[in-house]
Amino acid sequence: MTIRRREFLTLAGGAALTGSLPRLARSADSVYDLERFGNARILHITDTHAQLKPVFFREPSVNLGVGSMQGNPPHLVGKAFLDRFGIRPDSADAYAFTCIEFEKGAQRFGKLGGFAHLKTLVDRLRSDVGAGRSLLLDGGDLWQGTGLANVMKGADMVDASNLLGIDAMTGHWEFTYGEKALRSNLERFKGEFLAQNVFLTEEAAFNDAKAFDPASGRVFKPFTIKEIGGRRVAVIGQAFPYVPIAHPKRFTPDWKFGIRDEELQKLVDGLRNNDKVDAVVLLSHNGMDVDLKLASRVTGIDVILGGHTHDAVPQPIAVSNPGGVTLVTNAGSNGKFLAVLDLDIGKGKVANVRYRLLPVFSELLKPDPAMQGLIDKTRAPHAGDWVDKIASADRLLYRRGNFSGSMDQLICDALRSELDTEIALSPGFRWGTTALAGQPLTMEDVLAQTAVTYPETYVATMTGTQIKDVLEDVCDNLFNTDPYYQQGGDMVRLGGLSYACTPAESVGKRISELTLDNGSPLQAAKTYKVAGWASVNEQTGAPVWDVVTKHLKSGKPPNRSAPGVTLKGVEGNPGISKHV
Amino acid sequence: MTRTDNGFSATRRLILQGAGAVALVGLGNLPFAPAFAAANDKYPEEAFKQKTEADAIKSLYGKTAEASDKVKMDAPEIAENGAVVPVSVSTTLADVTSISFLVAENPVALVASYKIPAGTMPNVANRIKMAKTSNVIVVVEAGGKLYSATKEVKVTVGGCGG
Repeated sequence: MTIRRREFLTLAGGAALTGSLPRLARSADSVYDLERFGNARILHITDTHAQLKPVFFREPSVNLGVGSMQGNPPHLVGKAFLDRFGIRPDSADAYAFTCIEFEKGAQRFGKLGGFAHLKTLVDRLRSDVGAGRSLLLDGGDLWQGTGLANVMKGADMVDASNLLGIDAMTGHWEFTYGEKALRSNLERFKGEFLAQNVFLTEEAAFNDAKAFDPASGRVFKPFTIKEIGGRRVAVIGQAFPYVPIAHPKRFTPDWKFGIRDEELQKLVDGLRNNDKVDAVVLLSHNGMDVDLKLASRVTGIDVILGGHTHDAVPQPIAVSNPGGVTLVTNAGSNGKFLAVLDLDIGKGKVANVRYRLLPVFSELLKPDPAMQGLIDKTRAPHAGDWVDKIASADRLLYRRGNFSGSMDQLICDALRSELDTEIALSPGFRWGTTALAGQPLTMEDVLAQTAVTYPETYVATMTGTQIKDVLEDVCDNLFNTDPYYQQGGDMVRLGGLSYACTPAESVGKRISELTLDNGSPLQAAKTYKVAGWASVNEQTGAPVWDVVTKHLKSGKPPNRSAPGVTLKGVEGNPGISKHV
Repeated sequence: MTRTDNGFSATRRLILQGAGAVALVGLGNLPFAPAFAAANDKYPEEAFKQKTEADAIKSLYGKTAEASDKVKMDAPEIAENGAVVPVSVSTTLADVTSISFLVAENPVALVASYKIPAGTMPNVANRIKMAKTSNVIVVVEAGGKLYSATKEVKVTVGGCGG
């Protein structure tokens, strides 16, 4: 670590020395000194997944778009991404935003994010514009993603949020701690939790369950109006629409979700016509494709600050609708990025905007001492158990990608080997940090891939037909040409089974050539032993982190066989890169 | 609120009937037209045997429906639970006499048919059971004509959050 840090400083300070790699001198001032613009600044973070410390996180090399989404942001990777957004190859931004030469970039530019570093940057950008001229918004998935957050049910992140100065947030994984933990956290949260699309079920409403607005059944406050820069800005919250489908329903039995764009339109109309706000911002956890469609249907929103799909998109996408134009953004994940939206707001109208998605280069930012102190204090009672080396990463271990990642291959290997099954399934989560080859792996690293409130493993007997149906179903959640039928997340990961996928096909026709490791085809009527974890149905097996740890400790040789997904009909699709 | 002679509001009674028994019996004060099941006060047994939505509509009404943006259906894109999918319909059409719900991919397409007495707000909410991902069709009979709205509702085994 020390060596790499010195190398970085040398590179930053003496660019001319590098000869073949001319680089500008890099410092916090050169990277984060932004030209002043407009009268209001909104800072946006999303999907930090509770990563209090700086992380490595490799962006995907496969992020395919189908139908009208093909070839359009966010479905660009590698060189196509650099070309589209005018990012210089081999630059720090190329490292932050794409998968190209990730390991080389990791050595040169180091980790990103970390709340102490983020705090320094947030404070700098807020003080740059002066008091009363800025907001800090969080798009959700703030409370989940680490062992610490899981064991504390997100309480650690509430303290960090308060210190960071988050004014408003919405949610997704926050809901998986259940209503009691959620409400207890929100009581301590100094900002506001906003969600226009969470309602009481009829039964819960009948039983007088707690709601922000019993008349409409809205469980949470739907929006807030803040005065910044002398103008009134409405922020509407849009929680993840599919919480009870993507996660066990038992965590949210009294609440129903959904996109609910008609209710949203009514809110926007009311804010425009009755409250006479000057700007309307949607703080969304829909996912970028859903937000792009929503922006074409709902009128009167100036900007959608988006998350969920973990797409780091450097520029907003302008979407026309019958009322004008709505800008749609997505601000990446794991604390890697801080979005800066500068607005020039006039009376009742946004005149102009400037947007930047700033990578949080930890080595350029001095950690804020108060936040660092809070993180160290919060971690202290728990982290001692988690810092011992279990094994070393035998290669670059990453998760993100539509179909597979080396980290999930490792998890599938662990499931098959420890639970003695032919086949393993692992969910296509998009959170989970990256480990460099040779890096020691600790319990904390394992938990960063697995820390959910339903970690129990299972062994099930499934027929070939059932397995194919599951794959088709999940694949449709990813590649339905209508984004409103997508849920975000990536394809379920497979161990012991290879297949071919044709993303542009319709449901039931995408998956073919299912083949077991021994080369024999999966048979429709035959039954197979399948291991998995994070089921939406209640399970009783050992938590997956224990299974993975046991496997790593066993010292079994790593399985380096290819992930075994053959893609069809993706020739020329810029959502897949050769730079892997 | 329109009240029937037993003191219950008509809409309330309709909802209770729909929830309890799905199938519809008339409220007794409608013009009697024996030709088709929907206009009859008998249980539309044949209509509830049809496999496809087209056959069910034909059996129920004897005519076909045209799509109309005046029929407003509220249904989720992805069902939170396929066993109880909330679907509601309202319409600005005048002279509504019945509202029916169909699920194209269910073993039997017709789910429920409600008679709407004169003077009642044409607004029905119910929960339907869906076998799998399917188009949900609502048919509104108004002024002797049929109007419909269709929406695909996905029934999924569950995805994985981002």
